[in-house]
Amino acid sequence: MTEQPIHLRIRRQDRPDSVPYWQEFAIRGRPDHNIVSLLMALREHPVTVSGERVDPVVWEHNCMEEVCGACAMLINGVPRPSCSALVAELDQPIRLEPLPKFPVVRDLLVDRRRIDQGLKQVKAWIKIDGVWDTHEGAPRIGPSEWAANYLYSRCMSCGCCMAACPQFGPHSAFLGPAPLAQARLMNAHPTGRYDKTERLHAIMADGGLSDCGNAQNCVRVCPKEIPLTTAIGELGRQTTVQLIKDLFGPR
Amino acid sequence: MSTPNVIVIGGGLGGLWATLRIADAGFPVTLFSLFEVKRSHSVCAQGGINAVLDTKGQHDSIRQHIIDTIKGGEYLANQPPVKAMCEDAPGLIRTFERMGVTFSRTPEGLLDQRLFGGVKNKRTCFAGASTGQQLLYGVDQQVRRLESEGKVVKHEWWEFLSLLLDADGVCRGIVAMDLKSLEVRAFAADAVVVASGGMGQLYAPKSTTSTNSTGAAASRCYQQGAWMANAEFFQFHPTAMMGHDKNRLMSEAARGEGGRIWVPKTPGDRRPPKTIPEAERFYFLEEFFPAYGNTVARDEAARAIWTVTRQMGLGIDSDGGDRVYLDLTHLDAAFIGARLGAILEIYRKFAGVDPMTEPMEIFPAAHYGMGGLWVDFERSADGGIQPDSPRNHATNIPGLYACGECDYAYHGANRLGANSLLSASYSGRVAGESVVSYLKGLSPDRGALAPEIPQAEVARQQTINVELMRAEGADTPYLIQKELGALMTAKVGVVRSNPELESALGELQVLRERLSNARLGESSTWANQSLAFARQLRDMIELAAVVTKGALARDECRGAHYKPAFHIPIPEGTFAGDPAFEAYRDRWHANNAQWLKTTIAEYAEDGPRLSYREVDLSVCPPTEPRDYR
Repeated sequence: MTEQPIHLRIRRQDRPDSVPYWQEFAIRGRPDHNIVSLLMALREHPVTVSGERVDPVVWEHNCMEEVCGACAMLINGVPRPSCSALVAELDQPIRLEPLPKFPVVRDLLVDRRRIDQGLKQVKAWIKIDGVWDTHEGAPRIGPSEWAANYLYSRCMSCGCCMAACPQFGPHSAFLGPAPLAQARLMNAHPTGRYDKTERLHAIMADGGLSDCGNAQNCVRVCPKEIPLTTAIGELGRQTTVQLIKDLFGPR
Repeated sequence: MSTPNVIVIGGGLGGLWATLRIADAGFPVTLFSLFEVKRSHSVCAQGGINAVLDTKGQHDSIRQHIIDTIKGGEYLANQPPVKAMCEDAPGLIRTFERMGVTFSRTPEGLLDQRLFGGVKNKRTCFAGASTGQQLLYGVDQQVRRLESEGKVVKHEWWEFLSLLLDADGVCRGIVAMDLKSLEVRAFAADAVVVASGGMGQLYAPKSTTSTNSTGAAASRCYQQGAWMANAEFFQFHPTAMMGHDKNRLMSEAARGEGGRIWVPKTPGDRRPPKTIPEAERFYFLEEFFPAYGNTVARDEAARAIWTVTRQMGLGIDSDGGDRVYLDLTHLDAAFIGARLGAILEIYRKFAGVDPMTEPMEIFPAAHYGMGGLWVDFERSADGGIQPDSPRNHATNIPGLYACGECDYAYHGANRLGANSLLSASYSGRVAGESVVSYLKGLSPDRGALAPEIPQAEVARQQTINVELMRAEGADTPYLIQKELGALMTAKVGVVRSNPELESALGELQVLRERLSNARLGESSTWANQSLAFARQLRDMIELAAVVTKGALARDECRGAHYKPAFHIPIPEGTFAGDPAFEAYRDRWHANNAQWLKTTIAEYAEDGPRLSYREVDLSVCPPTEPRDYR
């Protein structure tokens, strides 16, 4: 493989409240680079195509195996983890932008704490008595049920689904697909199910399930192919049943 | 005295377990992390977590897990903590299961177990091929629950810079920097737990670790007086795929599930691998280690690959690299897809080739540091560790605890596969319990930290920032880091020699001087990543010197530390009872008498000072050399 110039257009922003601007770079590299390795090469010699030396580009990365979720950004208009975006498979110039919908910290670095807040809102945890051994595990889970749950447990909070969702953003209180899918996961667990009602009430409130516009963008961009819309559909049925229970339940 | 509070540095498995245990006991915890905690390197562990459940009809026993861990580490680990860890492993698994961790299941809905490197029994629980991710999410969810109850406060995007030590040398808090605003601030605490992970980035990019696994936090503790122990022991994972940014791990599970490692018998055979007949393939692990075959321990596998590629010239890469085949193509695609889905996806994604149809190309990469911050333990009457003793996982600085990969406690000279998730979780829990005991034992009339101490330390750290921002030298920290990685890989790597280690020490000194004068290339006072990077790199070089000096001093082969000049080989074709084998055993004992001891490094201006400590061998004294034939 020979080295050749790889053309990049990067949307930069110095501070959360400053105006974004574009810069262009041509980096000598091999086609087996991914976007993270390319940005690493760029920071060693951050010079634009017009020869101007600029600040190294700020972005987030950690595992580089598409399992930590840190490095998601908009690449040629598509939200995706940048460590698994191979240069050979991308049209040039490659456009890099921060993940939309989340506040920009600097350049390609964004603040995704709304995902965390959403996980708190839907109570995406199982209540356990304490982190000591109770000398008993959890109830058995059959292999097919395990397989369905495992799909959701691989969500790494990268935020791609949220970035692609037309309903989620600074303009709305919508929780977004990632936290909703975790509510589905916790409701399916044999003991997590004990708090199902609480979770369903959380997603029946403002910014909950009914704000989903069914655009299906989330499921198309999820790098882990998590069936987010299936989760939302399942939760829809669960909330309907819950609504009836709430109306006719024990007083 | 108000309720004592605790600072935990690092939000991987170790840090989050410690946080949970301390917060559960009613003490408020402030958690510091460089990034959102669920992105910690624990997520990268793919294959599994060891715990003896004995559900596979193999008469597995906790005793055997203890022996495998001790022998795998060539007796260098203190044995009471190992014993206690293996005994507690099933309970940890049950706790994880209660948290909702999606462990893979048998047809009966029970926890499934698989075979892993270095052992003969199926002992490894797993969650698909993303076990570390699933375990971390389990504790992450619990911490989020406690956070919502006000028991834990997270400071994500903050970097630990230094410890606050009082006049008696007791740890009373930390100084940290907000990675966005660059504000440097002091935080008081009654105890501090450092759970900052490993230091694989010393070998970057030829390392499987995350880019934040720099070891900088541990190095900062070391430079303030905490001892480093056994830092020269670094595990090189035998099966990794090469990248510009990092080497991506191919889990050992690929070997455990039946993957075979081979090269063509003929040097320079460039035929596509699938067209090479069985008879013309050299399955070298199966020939070198008949009892274990492809599941032999990692260090043996890494050196076997080194021998086959560098000495026998059988590497398959056309440009003379170290690559060998890791072949899954003879296995059932559906079975392998279900068991190893996530790791095969990594290979497809990053190499653009399907490992179900083409053998993977792999070679060794720096993976795990067995060494780290020295931590204490209190031996119990039954030969394990005393539950709730404040000595467990305490560093030599009072009030400072360490757990997870940044400590040195469980793996001796080498770590068994699937023991890292176990030690990270277990040590976090124990450190948490220990901190609780320490807090309960604090004198109620202990005075507050004198305000001059945090003021002076904050000012000192701010000065370092100002100096780094001002420097206008020739190099950037990014270039110096590449040189550090190349140096460590070439001279402090899989195979070591004293002349090379000597020269590495000199070169590290040069890198240190160049860095002190490097230019950041940016002066932004907002989210300046170059500043944080330069600070980390400085501390990495200090740590690299500890690794190198420890390796230079240790004239033997033990576990992952391999110096051929001091190798004591098993005489070929001899076994226990043969005079030649018994003579070998005598040499092995003599070497143990000299070298079976813990390396301790203490910081000094002119480089690390080494000393040695006895290893507690009370559970399983070394009578038998490790023999994987």
